Amino acid sequence: MPILYIDNTPYEVSQGKNLLEACLTLGFDLPYFCWHPAMGSVGACRQCAVKIFKDENDTKGKLIMSCMEPVTANQRISVADPEARDFREQVIGWLMTNHPHDCAVCDEGGSCHLQDMTVMTGHAYRKFNYKKRTYKNQDLGPFINHEMNRCIQCYRCVRFYKDYAGGRDLDAFASRNQVYFGRHEDGVLENEFSGNLSEVCPTGVFTDKTLKDHYTRKWDLTMAPSICHHCSLGCNTIAGERYGSVRMIGNRYHGDINGYFLCDRGRFGYEFLNAKDRIRNPMIQGQVVDGEKMRAAVVDAVRQPRVVGIGSPRASLQSNYALKELVGKDNFYHGVSEGEHALAHLALEILQKNPQRIVSMKSVESADAIFILGDDLTNTAPMMALAVRQAVRNKPKEAADQAKIPGWHDAAVRELVQEEKGPLFIADVLPTKLADVATGVFTGSPDDVARLGYAVAHVLDPEAPPVQGLSAEDSSLAQQIATALAGAKKPVIITGTSSGQAHAIHASSNVLLALHKKNKDAGIVITQAECNSLGLAMMGGKSLKDAFNAGSVDTLVVLENDLYRHDSTAAVDAFMKQCNQVVVLDHANTTTVQKAHLVIPAGAFAESDGILVNNEGRAQRFFQVYETKSDIQESWRWLAVVGAEAGKGRMAEWKNFESVTHAMVSSEPLLHGAAMVTPSSDYRVEGQRIPRAPHRYSGRTAMTADIAVSEPKPPEDPDSSMSYTMEGFRGQPPSSMIPFYWSPGWNSVQSVNKYQEEVGAALRGGDPGLKLIVALGQHGAPHYFKDIPEKFKPEAGRLRIARLHHIFGSEELSARSASVAQRIQMPYVMVNTADAVGLTEGQLVSVSWNGSEARLPVRLNPSFPKGVMGLPAGMTSVAGEEAWGIISNVKE
Amino acid sequence: MEKPLTEHIRKDREPLTLKEYEQAGGYQALRKILKGTTPKEVQTLVTDSGLRGRGGAGFSTGLKWSFVPMNVIGTKYLISNADEMEPGTFKDRILLECTPHQMIEGMIIASFAIQATESFVFLRWAYKTAARAITRAIQEAYDAGYLGKDILGSGFHLDMHLHTGVGRYMCGEETALLNSLEGKRATPRAKPPFPQISGLFGKPTIVNNVETLCCLPPIVNHGAEWFKKLSRTGDAGTKLYGVSGKVKTPGAWELPMGVTLRELIEEYGGGMQEGLKFRGALPGGASTDFLVEEHLDVKMDYTSVAAAGSRLGTGTVVVLDDKTCPVGFVKNLEHFFAQESCGFCTPCREGIPWVEKILGSIDKGEGRMEDMNLLEMHVRALGPGNTFCAFAPGAMEPLQSALKYFREDFERHINEKHCPWHTQHVSTSTH
Repeated sequence: MPILYIDNTPYEVSQGKNLLEACLTLGFDLPYFCWHPAMGSVGACRQCAVKIFKDENDTKGKLIMSCMEPVTANQRISVADPEARDFREQVIGWLMTNHPHDCAVCDEGGSCHLQDMTVMTGHAYRKFNYKKRTYKNQDLGPFINHEMNRCIQCYRCVRFYKDYAGGRDLDAFASRNQVYFGRHEDGVLENEFSGNLSEVCPTGVFTDKTLKDHYTRKWDLTMAPSICHHCSLGCNTIAGERYGSVRMIGNRYHGDINGYFLCDRGRFGYEFLNAKDRIRNPMIQGQVVDGEKMRAAVVDAVRQPRVVGIGSPRASLQSNYALKELVGKDNFYHGVSEGEHALAHLALEILQKNPQRIVSMKSVESADAIFILGDDLTNTAPMMALAVRQAVRNKPKEAADQAKIPGWHDAAVRELVQEEKGPLFIADVLPTKLADVATGVFTGSPDDVARLGYAVAHVLDPEAPPVQGLSAEDSSLAQQIATALAGAKKPVIITGTSSGQAHAIHASSNVLLALHKKNKDAGIVITQAECNSLGLAMMGGKSLKDAFNAGSVDTLVVLENDLYRHDSTAAVDAFMKQCNQVVVLDHANTTTVQKAHLVIPAGAFAESDGILVNNEGRAQRFFQVYETKSDIQESWRWLAVVGAEAGKGRMAEWKNFESVTHAMVSSEPLLHGAAMVTPSSDYRVEGQRIPRAPHRYSGRTAMTADIAVSEPKPPEDPDSSMSYTMEGFRGQPPSSMIPFYWSPGWNSVQSVNKYQEEVGAALRGGDPGLKLIVALGQHGAPHYFKDIPEKFKPEAGRLRIARLHHIFGSEELSARSASVAQRIQMPYVMVNTADAVGLTEGQLVSVSWNGSEARLPVRLNPSFPKGVMGLPAGMTSVAGEEAWGIISNVKE
Repeated sequence: MEKPLTEHIRKDREPLTLKEYEQAGGYQALRKILKGTTPKEVQTLVTDSGLRGRGGAGFSTGLKWSFVPMNVIGTKYLISNADEMEPGTFKDRILLECTPHQMIEGMIIASFAIQATESFVFLRWAYKTAARAITRAIQEAYDAGYLGKDILGSGFHLDMHLHTGVGRYMCGEETALLNSLEGKRATPRAKPPFPQISGLFGKPTIVNNVETLCCLPPIVNHGAEWFKKLSRTGDAGTKLYGVSGKVKTPGAWELPMGVTLRELIEEYGGGMQEGLKFRGALPGGASTDFLVEEHLDVKMDYTSVAAAGSRLGTGTVVVLDDKTCPVGFVKNLEHFFAQESCGFCTPCREGIPWVEKILGSIDKGEGRMEDMNLLEMHVRALGPGNTFCAFAPGAMEPLQSALKYFREDFERHINEKHCPWHTQHVSTSTH
């Protein structure tokens, strides 16, 4: 490692970094704005100036921008040099000439990078005596607030939105000291990652509009590490609460998963917690009762002879396990359809047979060839799409390496690479949003999509089964894809269960296996339907259909699950009729809740501790954010209390999160590692708990004074080693338990630098979570799937159903968020123009499938496969794997 | 006196047609190099001639070319920087309007030297007469086989396009020009990587000034030694000099490199207008330091002007007379620079408008003595290396030298609370 002299002290630093990264890693407080650890350097703000010296005899030196200078051996720089310091202060002085100094009324105040940097440089007195310029702000939709007057023109917003996330409707306009960042006109920011602007912006130009709706200072939040519940990727988040409601979701850095960013579904979906119709109280036959009465009623109910439990892919492992223990394993059913159940297990089986080939989001970012088969990532697992957007630059970036342009030199790399894209192939029913960066796109019916995948595998390895009757064009595309994958160092296959089709997953597995024979570094990603789909699959249990066929039921206990989202209304209604009494634990007011006799207010993620298993098999803990005053508590806690009293199993021994978890891992072998995801609840640092509230938290002694003037005893957390107040250990907690980022002088999210081993690398102590799928050798060798479907033939009179996903609307919980709801489209039916003879765009038609019927407007799409109809997932009733539907004219 | 750049210009200033240019010996240089000269030999010839870039920076043209990788597959670009927008500078305009073929021939020679196959003329939008002349000349060159496929049977291909900008001074900076040509914001690029390695659309690119390119055919025709001998000093060639300001006959002339400032103003500019005295001059356009009385005998070449504390820049002199307020003069310049800043880096975007505002308030008699410190601070802080490109350091050059040579005039504004060049006094009443 090269030696870098900073103010004459030698330090070891990493090769390949720039001086700013090296200084920050070493803990120097060097201010910056335009540089971003994930986006590199452009040299715009000139804030990170240091002095550089030729050698030890050079006393004069010259100013350079540390973000634009590579680390070289025996370099000599000075951070403390007076000239450098004066210049850094002056940069703030310039920025302040137009900044409105409205910190007191700014949402960013107190957690503002610009404030921190201003203080850091020592700039205190204003020398500019003239008028400031003012801008007109824009309405950017439900997620992001715009206040351009605060802008310091660091260009981070457009660099993230356009260059990094592929957005098209935010740009830099005008020039000189009137540069304007916004849309060409007022309107919703369309990109799926717009919320990151609130963290990327170093000041209060782009802020979280949902926080603004119930604003509190960020230092007044009680915060806990959480896991996003809105898709299967398991992005790490921070949830913040005040006065009993969650106010915002922020990014929690994970070096192997979400890095510095979140998608808008993950960031703004949390508002379902605060939905007006949320279940907040126990209810018997629609009447609110107290918790005690509820407990007694449920105890009676579960003492009935025939009790059936239905689990949930959106509930924690602990809650699912508690239900399983309560009803007995033979009466425990996964609350998912037969098809979903089979696909989740299929994915699990493929991963178990290829444990070393499961790749993380970070590895996808570094892939040099990607083949996406039947998964519209932007809408099913949005952050994975963001990773793919970065990956397509890897192959062309090799030219930058050859030209000796360091990877962090973002502008120079982009100028060299231009619009060149590395190999990305997509096969799906629609081109999908990633088509704009794809090398090749294949669209066809779900069967034809899978056939292409099988064909690619066969080209890669003649032992893989061949595909009969492939057109010359498709054969040549398969050849092209195979060549690209075979030529790559780190090829990745991405598929998912979202299409509801096993064929695409089979085909992906074949491609992986064929590729693996040539390249050990080939990897696979299989996205899952929900945040804990894979975790549920790792726990024994049958499908919903099996429950339907299980005969009459005395008491049905449904855990955090709307059964109507997993089977047709008719089938679920019929099942409900079989059940004498229905108990539902949930926080969302679903159709299932409305049919229940007993409704238990379950804690959602913010009121719960739990573990989820993401799509790669990584177990991750989310922590309760705040103590609820009502009967809202974790489903597993409700069930434990009921089970103990009803004398079920050893549930009486369950005292807290840990004892439930220990019981679970001892009876669920696949989940064994889950107990080691976080330190135990008796873990202390220097005898202290980890505080959920920052030391700056204000008003604790006054905030309940309207009820009683004496300060209540702070709630104790039996489930974790965190405290609910600001008391506790002030240093950095273990990486799995970081409730917020703060470091002296660093009050904004930028302080995450201080929590990493090296800027942009893993968190100190390693990134949190534990991979449960490891090479045990007991799952057998992977094999080729041979069930290649026939070429799809459109049929007269009926259309094959394909599910089309939407980032906003397809996922159950986020759809209940007030801000997300504003972005949800009306349900529709999509057909190829040729299949829509006599129909016009937008015309209302009657669509029937699997016993469901709906009136939907028609969307005509000439590139949609013929003989197929697209129905938006989550917004229309589900259909099985090979479902067909009929479109007919609405009869008036 | 030899005038290889302007000798063929018609009296009526109409552009030379292809035929006229050929009759005057045009395209002979191109024919010469296409008959067996290697690109490397052309580069060496130009390096040996001592030709330095006429756009202002004065970097050796041959050396600049030598950084272009020669054994690469793919397109390379040659660009004529005809975005002449420096205040007080109008030298390229004469060449563009009157002898477009000489620039085109120069571009073909330069393209051959670096083996570029695509070339662009990046022209200032307001040069509409030049745009017409160049459009016609490019067509004539295509028709005559000097452009396009297999030029003169040599196997060398070159296409040429005219691109008219939208009027941003920033586009004269070669990397901002590249961004603009790509359809992006006209902000500069970081160097390294230099355009020779990663230029237009990420490909190896050379950007040369119009006057530089026009020097190439004569150098090829007459040789490096001849070119050096055109000069009176160590810097080779002739130079298009200009004089503007309140002199009797402002204009532009091709003269041997190294004429003195005095000769330029007195002989060619006809001396100061009646009743006016010389106070100082910007020797090479708005972004160069003032020279004053004591510098009148400085030779106008790169080395001598630098030794006097300024830059030859574009070689077009802007004269300040004693009846013009130097504060107002500099304020006017800084207004231009503040307007034209691309807004990419902080010091330039925020610093120059601040300077303009300070100068405005001093000019109005509202200045304070602390303002002088703020101006000094900006001169230092907007120096080379502190800003992203050379724009802001250039903008500071007239100011820093004005503070040096005309300091008492600034202080008089502040002390007397009005501009001494204006009779009207600013009210000092507080009501």
